[in-house]
Amino acid sequence: MTSMRASQTVAPTGDDALDTLPKLLLRNATRHGQRPAIRHKDFGIWQTWTWEQLLDEVRALSIGLRKLDLKRGDTVAIIGDNRPRLYATFAALQCLGAIPVPVYQDSVAEEMAYVLEHAEVKIAVVEDQEQVDKVVSIADRLPQLKKIIYDDPRGLKEYDANNLHAFADVQKLGREEIGANRGAEGWWLDEIGKGQGADVSVMLYTSGTTGRPKGVMLTHANIVISARNGNRFDGFGPDDTLLAYLPMAWVGDHLFSYGQAYAAAMCVCCPESPETVVEDRREIGPTYFFAPPRVFENLLTQIMVRMEDAGALKRRMFHAFLRVAQRCGEDILNGKRVGGANRLLYALGNFLVYAPLRNRMGFSRTRVAYTAGEAIGPELFRFYRALGINLKQLYGQTEASVYITLQPDGEVFSDSVGKPGPEVEIKIADSGEVLFRSPGVFLKYYKNEEATHATKSPEGWVHTGDAGFFDQRGHLKIIDRAKDVGRLNNGALFAPKYLENRLKFYPEVREAVAFGQGEDFATMLVNIDLVSVGNWAERHGVAYASYQELAAHPQVSEIVRARVDEMNKALAEEPQMAASQIKRFLILHKELDADDGELTRTLKVRRSFIGERYAPLIKALYDGSRVCQVATEMTFEDGRKGVVEGEIAIIDMAVHPARAPQPLREAAE
Amino acid sequence: MKADVEPRPVPGRSSVAPGDVLLSLEHVSLSFGGVKALRDVSFDIRKGEIRAIIGPNGAGKTSMLNVINGFYHPQEGVITFKGKRRHDMRPYLAASQGIARTFQNVALFKGMSTLDNIMTGRTLKMRRGILSHMLHWGPAQREEIRHREAVERIIDFLEIAHIRKVPVGKLPYGLQKRVELGRALAMEPELLLLDEPMAGMNLEEKQDMSRFILTVKDTFDTTIALIEHDMGVVMDLSDRVVVLDYGRKIADGSPAAVQGDQAVIDAYLGVAH
Repeated sequence: MTSMRASQTVAPTGDDALDTLPKLLLRNATRHGQRPAIRHKDFGIWQTWTWEQLLDEVRALSIGLRKLDLKRGDTVAIIGDNRPRLYATFAALQCLGAIPVPVYQDSVAEEMAYVLEHAEVKIAVVEDQEQVDKVVSIADRLPQLKKIIYDDPRGLKEYDANNLHAFADVQKLGREEIGANRGAEGWWLDEIGKGQGADVSVMLYTSGTTGRPKGVMLTHANIVISARNGNRFDGFGPDDTLLAYLPMAWVGDHLFSYGQAYAAAMCVCCPESPETVVEDRREIGPTYFFAPPRVFENLLTQIMVRMEDAGALKRRMFHAFLRVAQRCGEDILNGKRVGGANRLLYALGNFLVYAPLRNRMGFSRTRVAYTAGEAIGPELFRFYRALGINLKQLYGQTEASVYITLQPDGEVFSDSVGKPGPEVEIKIADSGEVLFRSPGVFLKYYKNEEATHATKSPEGWVHTGDAGFFDQRGHLKIIDRAKDVGRLNNGALFAPKYLENRLKFYPEVREAVAFGQGEDFATMLVNIDLVSVGNWAERHGVAYASYQELAAHPQVSEIVRARVDEMNKALAEEPQMAASQIKRFLILHKELDADDGELTRTLKVRRSFIGERYAPLIKALYDGSRVCQVATEMTFEDGRKGVVEGEIAIIDMAVHPARAPQPLREAAE
Repeated sequence: MKADVEPRPVPGRSSVAPGDVLLSLEHVSLSFGGVKALRDVSFDIRKGEIRAIIGPNGAGKTSMLNVINGFYHPQEGVITFKGKRRHDMRPYLAASQGIARTFQNVALFKGMSTLDNIMTGRTLKMRRGILSHMLHWGPAQREEIRHREAVERIIDFLEIAHIRKVPVGKLPYGLQKRVELGRALAMEPELLLLDEPMAGMNLEEKQDMSRFILTVKDTFDTTIALIEHDMGVVMDLSDRVVVLDYGRKIADGSPAAVQGDQAVIDAYLGVAH
């Protein structure tokens, strides 16, 4: 086993005595009372609440909820888009020791029913009519559910008001109580004082690709300590701003927009609607931004499309300075030595292109941007960094209160997820699975002892379910889901998705399927990208009549061969992966298609199905033959079926010698 | 945290009580040269209802709306709006009296943004002159802020915040229709005329538009007359339906009654005249 420990030590400060989120709210209202706590664009204008005002809103709601008979330990669902009132509900509940259960707002009633039933929620605080309708439609299956509270009253006038309350009315109830009962406020502060770090603060249901969602119970200490560590890692403070636009039920949003915002007294901005996020981001200019890779990908596509519409001069300027940025932008961001001429050019480019572009994308003030969730293409990653945006990667989980690894400034790579976060220990099991232990480790799964035992050891180690390894830089690389990782016959690790993803980053490759489990070496089936390769063919005067013909073209084979060779070279530098170099591959004569069952409807490769369907091809990959005859049935768009026949060439690759691994810097055990 | 705002009804706007006749047409005939577009048509629109005008192509539905908002002048007949008999009507007079409309083929300012288009709906309510608006100072500025607020409420209501600053020419058809409805609503009309509000929309857009029309009726305190070809929409939305064919009124009544009327069935299926 190898294991790594974070090198950072954490200097405690007086604030560390504040062990719950409501206590942090009280501190912020005292210390940063007049500073903005939360903003929301409404009727076209950014409305702002200071920490003092936020405390007032939370207090009114909290005492109002008490009047509705909410008790310590009760669970309350929160359903809706990112709205100030829903964020205030988190705090209002926690002040009383009740447990918020945010639910994905776009889940259908059926999915919602399971979570609300399993969590035994007593009250649902929802955004609008749409969510009220959903909850009402499943109410007969939820005997514990007593009340629904809604934020936006539109369309709800005609509803039976029996157990339906407007948010403002609950607050009014609270304000009346404060007015009538002089002890109410003191009682409320006592309730906050009773809260402790070890109390459960929130229950987050993991979306769970397999089986029913599990309710991850996180304590106040989990959230508060993880938030503080995250803030220290990137130096966030009261001057920082972030945009809350990802689902509130997702642990990342909970930690960034609630935990870290409270811990650092940051300002959280809620967009006007999910469709206006890009425009709202430009107006706010967040200093901290998080997005999954596909958001960055869409943004890049939008920019490229708009640039094509721009005038010739602008377009040429854009491309010229983009080349400058590609050449030296990342080095400048990383603080490396860059020649004077390049620096000058970059400064000019910054003035003419990069700064306006950053402004357009809403990154003018962004100090730190993170991406996580899936592998990000190196080109895409480099594009943003070259423009001077400090985009980094992290790796996290709900069970970890997000942080497992992060990339420190100056050590940012597109192919790793970074080093262990503050106070995080990581070890790699012999199976290749990544295990971690940290202050953010969840308490347990709600009402699911079995899953808790399977995931969390008595010593606090948590199985991530992901396979990975530390590279020579001390960075963690995630290669695949642990259950998909196999072994070659010589005992070396074989992670098919890792190989496939690497090759798919090349524009010429649409899809790749790796084989090697229980074999002597790794092989691959490759699908070319018709758009990209077709474009190349057009420019080089290569005539072709069909996908099959283009795929079989010798020059196309040569292009793909060069890409596979590049990948092999890179693999040779990774000790754990060197044995997985692709020895033989072939270019498939047809595109993998969901209609033929080769891909899932979400366009993921169904490896075992493809293994059976193309068994003769795979046999040919391993038996040394040079060509293989195939006839494959395929389904056309209109549902008719046809057969594609052809002869496929199998290409042999040279294998690069594995480079001697540098010793791990902090290897233990 | 935010103020709970519903689209506000305009207080004291009308002397007409709900259920009373808001607009009536008696024996209206309209012809262009030898072509008779409307022949002796009489019906009324009551305060607070959704009144559908249906009929086959060329039945005179759009002519009817043009008569109501003063664009066409009938040669014969009497039109009474809010208890007053109308003479020599002009569209801008109709507008200032509280009649707003949308068009069969969207008629927006294509180069202007959604926001500006809806803002034009407030023109009749602006009191300050061009000069003070150009200086954008004092009362003129306050006036603009007030009108902008009203427009923002409509944008919020129609869920078009994300296209607030997009030139409407770039918008898909369904959204343009919504913007046009927004502009009509900006006038805070007492009577809203909708000429095929769902034409060319897909099912989801139609459902959205139906929801908006129903909410407009309830919360903006607006009476609605609409022309529509989608019978499902007409039957679901409207309180009463009037059917025209070749410029004549052939039926008038509840959706169910009209649906079963033999003359209506004949008009739609085509019977030799």
